[in-house]
Amino acid sequence: MSAINAIEVNHLTKKFGEKVAVNDVSFKVRQGEVFGLLGPNGAGKTTTLRMITTLLKADSGQVKIFGHDTAKEGRLARSMFGLTGQYASVDEDISARQNLMIFSRLNGLSRQEAKDRTAELLTEFSLENSADKPLKAFSGGMRRRLDLAVSLITRPALIFLDEPTTGLDPRTRSQMWDTIRKLVDQGSTIILTTQYLDEADQLADNLAIIDHGHVVKMGTPAELKEQLGGPRVTFTLSQTRQVAAAEQLLATQVAGDVREEGPDLSVSLGQVAQLAPLLATLNDAKIGISHLAVQEPSLDDVFMNLTVGKN
Amino acid sequence: MDIRIHRGNVIQNTATMAYRNLLKTIHNPDQLMDVVIQPVLFMLMFGYLFGGAIAGGVKAYLPTIVPGILIQTMLSAASGSGAQIREDLDSGVFDRFKSLPMVRIAPLAGQLFADSLRLLIAAITSLTTGYLMGWRPGVGLGWVVAIGLLAIFMGWVLSWVFALLGLLAKSAAAVQSVSLMTMLVLSFMSNAFVPMHALTKPLRFIARLNPVTYVITAIRQILATGSWTHEAWVVLVFGVVIVAIFAPLTVWAYDRN
Repeated sequence: MSAINAIEVNHLTKKFGEKVAVNDVSFKVRQGEVFGLLGPNGAGKTTTLRMITTLLKADSGQVKIFGHDTAKEGRLARSMFGLTGQYASVDEDISARQNLMIFSRLNGLSRQEAKDRTAELLTEFSLENSADKPLKAFSGGMRRRLDLAVSLITRPALIFLDEPTTGLDPRTRSQMWDTIRKLVDQGSTIILTTQYLDEADQLADNLAIIDHGHVVKMGTPAELKEQLGGPRVTFTLSQTRQVAAAEQLLATQVAGDVREEGPDLSVSLGQVAQLAPLLATLNDAKIGISHLAVQEPSLDDVFMNLTVGKN
Repeated sequence: MDIRIHRGNVIQNTATMAYRNLLKTIHNPDQLMDVVIQPVLFMLMFGYLFGGAIAGGVKAYLPTIVPGILIQTMLSAASGSGAQIREDLDSGVFDRFKSLPMVRIAPLAGQLFADSLRLLIAAITSLTTGYLMGWRPGVGLGWVVAIGLLAIFMGWVLSWVFALLGLLAKSAAAVQSVSLMTMLVLSFMSNAFVPMHALTKPLRFIARLNPVTYVITAIRQILATGSWTHEAWVVLVFGVVIVAIFAPLTVWAYDRN
């Protein structure tokens, strides 16, 4: 069973007029893993997801869900996953219970099964108290929870989450993360798109970074960070007018780019030991430092490295 | 609990979708304003405004205007389907519907069946207002029900056409304006409010080509003769043909979206 990949995407391409939204994207998702599609706005994440979930027809390429070609067995493929879209795809005008009932019925549950499952999901997602209020009275977080609950009606083995936490406040966001982790523990395979690096870092086992429709990098969060090398050190200069001089000086000492942000200059180090000579150099040049920070590389750095200057 | 996935059939899926649309209407009764208030308003305005000029009195004008307003109301109720579908498509709910393993035609068919409730309300309001204004068809209640059903059937047929329009249009606002224009042209450039012989020659030519004229003539004939006329059969057959053409086109447009 686990020999079959949950998803195989081969050379998926989509053009909107002249614009290539998704360009030859391929990846595989193993069963039970969380796969993140990470990229800036407009990178092609949602378009890719829409093609995988049969909402959008690809210009070329192939998608297999648990070995079934979505182009040939669309309805079968659709019965094997749940989808939570970027915009709450629930009915605003009717109550949470009615939404769950209707979607249960449309998913093929009998009336009684639909009733039971609705009650179960309302409890699981702590929505019983508002179950019969119209959604207009719901907060963003409640709406997302309902949205996710609707995707889980059939207990799909594969769940697509398109930017599950966009627009949520930090508390609701971490609640959503907990919910996602719980699903993973129950053995679900999850594909999520996100613009947030910390989210990908927190949740994903494997990542594809997408920019301008291309997969620019693929790997585990740790691998991607490793490629960046050692820690990054940020100097805050006491005098802004010395920024240019300090930048030149640093550039001669380190291999990577020197990044400048106001009075802050940051460089990537191979090893922490390289820090001492840098400080000495700056000291010799009488360049004062008011603050110093050393950080392990984050996915932010990966992201910046790969997509900087292109947007 | 073990979840068994039954592949829902067309009827069950459509019924669920129709139920959903009815629930939406129940939660938003203001959506029924156009089918409740519009026919009353039009019947009163047109009746008292043109009655004297066209037929020499309101009472004499009612046999002309009641079928006219009835059909105009059907047209306007049917055009609402297009805008509703467009709004649904834009709201993201349809993405969910499309990602479900249900029969492709169900969301559309569900919408259109639920809309027949709007048509029914519109027909009842139109005919009741006519009655309250003094309209007394001599053929009996049975035939009044028959023409009501014929009008609803025509409205339902047209709602497929407007649904296609809704799917092809760029926005709900575009659907609304196009629908409004279509509705106005079709109802005014016909014999709905003014008898054929009183129309100018070019207008009479257009009115003859207008399918709405056919439906209204059929209804007036039934009410005048108390029998199911040739024209009534033509309307029925054409209705079936239009649905046979537009239903697949609409489903195609829906899939394309």
